[in-house]
Amino acid sequence: MDKYLTHTGTVLPLCRSNVDTDQIIPAVYLKRVTKSGFEDGLFGAWRNDPEFVLNKPEFSGATILVAGVDFGTGSSREHAVWALQNYGFKVVISSRFADIFRGNSQKAGLLTVVLPQEEVEAIWNAVEADPKTTVTVDLESKSVKYGDKKIAFEIDDYTRWRLMEGLDDIGLTMKKIDEVSAFEAKRASFKPKTLPALS
Amino acid sequence: MATTLAEKIWADHIVSSNPGEPDLLYIDLHLIHEVTSPQAFDGLRLAGRKVRRPDLTIATEDHNVPTLNIDKPIADPVSKLQVDTLRKNAAEFGVRIHSLGDVDQGIVHVVGPQLGITQPGMTIVCGDSHTSTHGAFGALAFGIGTSEVEHVLATQTLPLIRPKTMAINVEGKLKPGVTSKDIILAIIAKIGTGGGQGYVLEYRGSAIRELSMESRMTVCNMSIEAGARAGLIAPDEVTFEYLKAKPHAPKGADWDAAVAYWKTLQSDQGAKFDKEITINADDLEPFVTWGTNPGQGLPLNAKVPNPAEISDAEERGAAERALTYMGLTAGTPLKEIKVDTVFLGSCTNGRIEDLRQAAEVIKGKKINEKVRMLVVPGSARVRLQAEAEGLDKIYLDFGAEWRTAGCSMCLGMNPDQLTVGERAASTSNRNFEGRQGKGGRTHLVSPLVAAATAIRGTLSSPADL
Repeated sequence: MDKYLTHTGTVLPLCRSNVDTDQIIPAVYLKRVTKSGFEDGLFGAWRNDPEFVLNKPEFSGATILVAGVDFGTGSSREHAVWALQNYGFKVVISSRFADIFRGNSQKAGLLTVVLPQEEVEAIWNAVEADPKTTVTVDLESKSVKYGDKKIAFEIDDYTRWRLMEGLDDIGLTMKKIDEVSAFEAKRASFKPKTLPALS
Repeated sequence: MATTLAEKIWADHIVSSNPGEPDLLYIDLHLIHEVTSPQAFDGLRLAGRKVRRPDLTIATEDHNVPTLNIDKPIADPVSKLQVDTLRKNAAEFGVRIHSLGDVDQGIVHVVGPQLGITQPGMTIVCGDSHTSTHGAFGALAFGIGTSEVEHVLATQTLPLIRPKTMAINVEGKLKPGVTSKDIILAIIAKIGTGGGQGYVLEYRGSAIRELSMESRMTVCNMSIEAGARAGLIAPDEVTFEYLKAKPHAPKGADWDAAVAYWKTLQSDQGAKFDKEITINADDLEPFVTWGTNPGQGLPLNAKVPNPAEISDAEERGAAERALTYMGLTAGTPLKEIKVDTVFLGSCTNGRIEDLRQAAEVIKGKKINEKVRMLVVPGSARVRLQAEAEGLDKIYLDFGAEWRTAGCSMCLGMNPDQLTVGERAASTSNRNFEGRQGKGGRTHLVSPLVAAATAIRGTLSSPADL
């Protein structure tokens, strides 16, 4: 995973709530066995509408998605994160994320930033006034900056450290693998095993 | 100190806990299917890692598989590649797999419980958000993404931040014709699709205790639709009775030790939940959704809501968009909405009890001539059981299609899809735009409402017949 310190880019305003992962990447696109190539399916159904914000030339090249409340609800498909990344997004901002989507983003290196709804709307307004508004998301100072505004955001220190160092979770857990073995030695004998197969 | 059930299970699985870090939790069971696992196995190969505990891992094919002609190769080459990839990965890494045609194949959340590998007090994960289903046994079970699938394959653990706890007390007695599906739809309508975000839900109260295991699974299944990664019901005699004869249930002295442990798995008297809500079961009616998220639901006797009467601007906008997508007019009685398709199946309502309930309603009747009905058992064993009871005959005589097991039209990854503008009454779990096929319109319902709707052609309950 790449190290993540700060990102500056333009914004795609997605002024909708409850953007579920079926909208981010519909199920028919999930048949790929790789982590790449999902950009074609991003917002697959909505993109058919020429008026959909992703199709508007003034927002092309945007790398920061700013969406309504409850972004990423529904299915656990990490393909939703890959689709956003494959398309070129580096950050998603919303006033609330679904737990699984947020977890997936943090594992895959897509930064999710929670801001109060009024700050989300303020960014939408700024971008509506000037689509070329650039926004900086700084993980080091935990702040979102644009124009003369600076808004602090919360992120747990552990996730922030991991993203800033570009550390892979499995590698970190492998350092504790002796503790895992010790735990396994104490597990109750009645806990089920899938092997040998009984049916 | 008095602790909640979720806190007890959590504490029993901590491998390592350090201030400022997530807890490292041991995972007792990892369920795998074809859609969210290929990239995880690739990751293992790249890093030269093995599956740490193949004996705590099991795979089946469900999301992508056809429900017709399963004796022939899968027609869609992309689907076929994904299913073949799972088979190859299972063989290479020594993971037990139940493939299409195998008697234990089926939707992963139906297969686990019927094999008896879902047991109280366990931690269970799967790359599928409806893993919350297994919480019905008093297991802490939740959906994970592909990065986490790889993490569990490699280490049998997950680093997790401890969730908050919410008690949902469902007190009273359900009226005839009201089911556990109506309970959970009413809960989601009450707390909203984000209401459970950050929480583990524990369903409690007299109405929950009265439910069968299968009905409890329906409730826990849709916890994720309220935003909660996991939902729990404390195990009791109903749970033990269900498990006793299952193939992987503990035997002999292990059974006694297990039951003794399982009996401790209750929230203590006076345990403090971070949040608590109460639902009166006496008041519940059959529930249906009218919109495009599972929180947009109402009792079947209600009318399509008028967005202009919704005060919250965000909710109003969402309701307006939903009505446009759903092709509905405010004020229309829900019972006057005509449907084209009825889907009976999924990890929410594809178990034997669901198929029995709906069959009871349609027995000896004919399907509405404008409706098609798909009946898709949740697993091959559910299908065989239903056939042994003659349920397939009842459905076929009625005019429904009797299919083989899989996720099918719940998410439309296989050929079972709605077409543009087609309207379905569906016993599944999500009414998102396009969920069951591009442009398709979904009303979530119970198996009883699905059956009555197939007869009348409009959203109906058995009481309307």
